[in-house]
Amino acid sequence: MAGQELTSGEYIKHHLTNLTYGQLPDGSWGLAHSAEEAKEMGFWAINVDSMGWSIGLGLVFCFFFGKAAKHATAGVPGGLQNFVEMIIDFIDDTVSNIFNHTNSLIAPMALTIFVWVFMMNLMDLIPIDVIPEFAKLLGVHYMKVVPSTDPNVTMGMALCVFGLILFYSIKCKGVGGFFAELAFHPFPKFLMPFNLFLETVNLIAKPISLGLRLFGNMYAGEMIFILLAIMYGGIVTGIVGGVLQWGWAMFHLIIVTLQAFIFAVLTVVYLAQAHDVEEEH
Amino acid sequence: MNINITLIAQMVTFAVFIWFCWKYIWPPITEAMSERQKAIAEGLAAAERAEKDLELAQSKATDQMREAKVEAQQHIDEARERAKQMVEAAKDDARQEGERLLEAARAEIDQEMNRAKETLRIEVAELALSGAEKVLGSSIDRSKHGVLLDELAAEL
Repeated sequence: MAGQELTSGEYIKHHLTNLTYGQLPDGSWGLAHSAEEAKEMGFWAINVDSMGWSIGLGLVFCFFFGKAAKHATAGVPGGLQNFVEMIIDFIDDTVSNIFNHTNSLIAPMALTIFVWVFMMNLMDLIPIDVIPEFAKLLGVHYMKVVPSTDPNVTMGMALCVFGLILFYSIKCKGVGGFFAELAFHPFPKFLMPFNLFLETVNLIAKPISLGLRLFGNMYAGEMIFILLAIMYGGIVTGIVGGVLQWGWAMFHLIIVTLQAFIFAVLTVVYLAQAHDVEEEH
Repeated sequence: MNINITLIAQMVTFAVFIWFCWKYIWPPITEAMSERQKAIAEGLAAAERAEKDLELAQSKATDQMREAKVEAQQHIDEARERAKQMVEAAKDDARQEGERLLEAARAEIDQEMNRAKETLRIEVAELALSGAEKVLGSSIDRSKHGVLLDELAAEL
């Protein structure tokens, strides 16, 4: 627990605040000292912890997979290559089941999403106080270690996917074709404005649901860990809390994997839809 | 929880990682995998081929063995036959030789006997002649009694 001087509310709030770098109220630039200060920084501020952890984990991914790729051999594979090949085979299988067009970008993207999001989610299983307390010793007061509980991270990825959806929709169908897809479905052409409204909402819902689904799941999981951590006050509640935390961690392990997989698969599905040149109805 | 520039930064980060994976991770590994797949397929095909070859060779070897056995048996039979014939021939030869020798021996014996008889006859004739001379007290004219003597000798 973060210390006796904190109330439960403060403890929760502390855990849910990012380490934010931006313009302080006095005009100088620096790290926010409180959640309110972080909020007041507005758009021109950056969550250092989210960026740091996500980039760090991405580099871990690049390092290990890059190492396996560099030493990839058609002969007898080593342990790392075996592991990497297993994941790649799994992703390749999944992608080729969903995505029937030729695009060399899709499968590597699904791999990146799956592994990276999985690792970011997995940070949730590190006991929630360990890294923030350690950071506190180093003089850093806010540290949110699970990047996927930051909507900036999940929405950033979702918007990237959205950009690719738009890009490939226009590339495969042309601007006219893309517009026709939005305007002439699902109702006849004379209801075009209605169609356009419906389909645009549908289109915009894709990245939002993609990003917010991951964020929501991870945020909720993190929240439960925080709430269980508050139980470590007395001996009895502490034991109950410990058991519950262990149980939740086991269950969360499924969510962690599943959400990473869902994010990857939905991305592939959306991009497959973007590639589908629809026939006239 | 605030939406800020992290969003943009994260988009860039995400794009960079995807690009890295697309460029440097995915191709070499999938290539190695498909290469290995091909190598394994080839290996399996080769193994199958080798197995077929082995089967073929084995059946061929059995055939050859059987043929060789038959041939050997033939040779043995032939040799046995020839040996039998040779033994038969040798036996015949021996028998003939024996008979010939026997015949020769018999002829010699006859010859010898005749010669002995002749000698005996002459001696007996001489003896009889001298005996008769003694009995008659005179010599017998050989030329006169030659025929008689010869008759006598022939009778002996």
